[in-house]
Amino acid sequence: MTAATADAVVVGAGIVGAAVAEALAKDGARVTIVDSGAAALGATAVGMGHLVAMDDSPAQLALTSYSLDLWKSLASELPPSVEYDPAGTLWVAEDEMQLEGVEEKIRAYAGRGMPLQWLDGKRVVELEPNLRSGLAGGLLAPRDAILYPPGAARALLDRALARGAQLREHTEVLALDANEVTTTGGTLRAGVIVNAAGTGAVRLTPDLPIVPRKGHLVITDRVPGFCRHQIVEMGYLKSAHRMTAESAAFNVQPRATGQVLIGSSRELVGWDASVNRQLVAAMLSRAQWFMPALAKLQAIRIWTGFRPATQDKLPLIGRWERTPGLWIAAGHEGLGITTSLGTAGLLADLIAGRTPAIDPAPFAPGRRVAA
Amino acid sequence: MSRLRDVSVDVAVIGGGPAGIAAATRGSEAGKRVLVLDEAPHLGGQIWRHLSRESLPAKARTWLERFDRSGAEGLTETSVVDLQDSRVLAVRWNEEVRVRAPHVIIATGARELLLPFPGWTLPNVMGVGGLQALVKSGASVVGKRVALAGAGPLVLPVAAALARAGARLVVVADRTSASRVLRFAASLAGRPGELWEGVRYRAQFAGTRYRWGTRVISAAGESRVQEATFTAGGRTWTEPVDLLGAAAGLVPNTELARLAGCEVRGGVVMVDALQQSSRAGVWCAGEPAGVGGVDLALLEGEIAGLDAAGQPVPQSLQKARDAGRAHARRLDLAFGLDAVELPPPETIVCRCEDVPCSAFDKSWTMRQAKLYTRAGMGPCQGRVCGAALHAMFGWAPDSVRAPLVPTPVASLISTLESSDATT
Amino acid sequence: MARILSILVDGRLLEVSEGITVAAALLNAGEDAFRDSVSGRPRGPVCGMGICFECRVTIDGVRGRRACLERVSPGMRVITRE
Repeated sequence: MTAATADAVVVGAGIVGAAVAEALAKDGARVTIVDSGAAALGATAVGMGHLVAMDDSPAQLALTSYSLDLWKSLASELPPSVEYDPAGTLWVAEDEMQLEGVEEKIRAYAGRGMPLQWLDGKRVVELEPNLRSGLAGGLLAPRDAILYPPGAARALLDRALARGAQLREHTEVLALDANEVTTTGGTLRAGVIVNAAGTGAVRLTPDLPIVPRKGHLVITDRVPGFCRHQIVEMGYLKSAHRMTAESAAFNVQPRATGQVLIGSSRELVGWDASVNRQLVAAMLSRAQWFMPALAKLQAIRIWTGFRPATQDKLPLIGRWERTPGLWIAAGHEGLGITTSLGTAGLLADLIAGRTPAIDPAPFAPGRRVAA
Repeated sequence: MSRLRDVSVDVAVIGGGPAGIAAATRGSEAGKRVLVLDEAPHLGGQIWRHLSRESLPAKARTWLERFDRSGAEGLTETSVVDLQDSRVLAVRWNEEVRVRAPHVIIATGARELLLPFPGWTLPNVMGVGGLQALVKSGASVVGKRVALAGAGPLVLPVAAALARAGARLVVVADRTSASRVLRFAASLAGRPGELWEGVRYRAQFAGTRYRWGTRVISAAGESRVQEATFTAGGRTWTEPVDLLGAAAGLVPNTELARLAGCEVRGGVVMVDALQQSSRAGVWCAGEPAGVGGVDLALLEGEIAGLDAAGQPVPQSLQKARDAGRAHARRLDLAFGLDAVELPPPETIVCRCEDVPCSAFDKSWTMRQAKLYTRAGMGPCQGRVCGAALHAMFGWAPDSVRAPLVPTPVASLISTLESSDATT
Repeated sequence: MARILSILVDGRLLEVSEGITVAAALLNAGEDAFRDSVSGRPRGPVCGMGICFECRVTIDGVRGRRACLERVSPGMRVITRE
């Protein structure tokens, strides 16, 4: 049987794979996207859809702010199903301790063209009246936004398909070799192969330093206007980024439907998808402390999902030296929705031999990561 | 400010219909501490729903009185939210309840299979059983023009009850074809009582023809239903109505069993001869173990209640239950759903999120339907559209997680916190 | 005969029989639109047993209560289509 050929094969039809496929197709490549299931059903489907600039490291801030610029310029072309809402993020501080380093943060964000506006405790509550009074203050990040991740991934896929890409769903990839992808639907040969399989990436490229990290979310019934910004506690970054056994932080999002999405938790428990009742209780208690009026809202659903995490909190983007033709776009953990576009831009530049918009070195898949 | 009520019993029964009542009664008579939880204002379930016990048939009164005497307790207006490791977590109007019970009997009954058709979302279009439940809850149908379009054994008693309640039955329709019914009637040879029961019901709305092989295909009206259109054997006609009851059969409520980790196959909880599920300490009785009606539910409840209480289960009970199961299978063969025709594309399928039929692609799974269209994402958690989509496209239901019903955040915190707490 | 009590539905005083559900009380008063769907269409009770959530109303200030599962009580305030 002769193998089918393409210029590029993208493994994984989540939001990262979809963005990469579109970027490569835009560069003129004949792209085939392969997914063991269907589009946007993995980590893409279980996240919040918060487009956010984060500064755990300078590289993270570079990638997230680059990505936010790309989302902003794409926004007007996105269909309504993406539910893109430039709501901004309101970072809130419970006490003076959480405000430590705020000036530095404002300067760092400004250096990437990301305005951050300081608000005192009174102004924070004026902006979001359902927050508790007496908070120490907050930062408004007006460039951040909200979207519906499965809608966004499917819109990006549609854009790739419109540029001639092909999507093969329900096709499991069995092996990634030099310029060759073996699937349950036959073999594909390609000059460029991109492993964008999210938490599944490590199954195909076993040396990737990716572990599944579980998160819980809770969604309420519709209460339009309950809050207007994504509201996150300043301690979130520490909570989300310390690779401890489990943590929870206050993080709520107004959905386009008027529902309130309540997060967020992080847990390293392998592939156990069950609901950790105690952790959800802690997460909701934290949210209720910040927003007492949440107490009366009806929680409709709890769900869990796995994010592909790396030890240094940076995704793996670039060439995989050990396998000719293989490139990696995986390990985005909770920032995959935000950084999907930046990842695609970076990878497309590297593949085409252009100088990328940001320094690719911190994302090199073969980098040494301290355990 | 914890409002948690903590209860410890030997046996917790979820659902206070015939199966739950029988299970609790038997368990309590055997000396165990038994608590029944139910969402409704009274124990009795759908079939024995009542405003006053005097209105109930003798068998129902007998069982409810025996339940009272047994010493079993009932907690009504209580919604079970979570079940995990011998802990049942429930919410009420103003408190949360944690029931610790080494033995749990799931008797959650069935709901109606509601298939979408144009106009089915109009006010005063209800389920067949739904209409009856509302009447039993005090809604008046006196002088109202009522049409029923159902499937199977529920239609006849509902029609009779509505006629007794003063409704003007304009159409009584059953989607089951006459030929299938004749085959079923022939198989009834050994159970003449059932035929006579049918005749008795029939006599109560003698003026209205019972139409086999007849379906409702649309309803219309300005801000409520005003007319309904039916089809039978190629003929289509419209009747003015004030109320329309439409359903296509029953669907077991297996959500709680699935949450508890019980094996469910073909939409039915798998149980052994003693009604034990695949999960240690969890029994299942009545409709969740397969739709079979009140007599079978009572037998299964008795067996589950005795076994959960550590009592021997008489062979006679098991034999009667087996015969009831066999009969239920025959009923299902006769009245089970034939292939379902898809409604016109603009017809709403998910009522919570107003998702039209045109939004779906038959190659999907339920999970794709949810994520791509929001179907099943509303407060009913897909209980209505999930069953319809299963009938329309064959999609298996998505996973079940706590909370089983929408729950205020504060109550959810309280229940979840208590789920793993030690004594 | 059942006792009669008063409830307030959208500001209108209704005399209802004790023991009946809020859903029955509303239907008997000709109120068949309990809530507006997400695209603004009127909806009323369907399953009558707490499954479908179509009969959600606000009762004594608490949104999302199922009218088919709640009994009327003296002075109860019900708001539909909120």
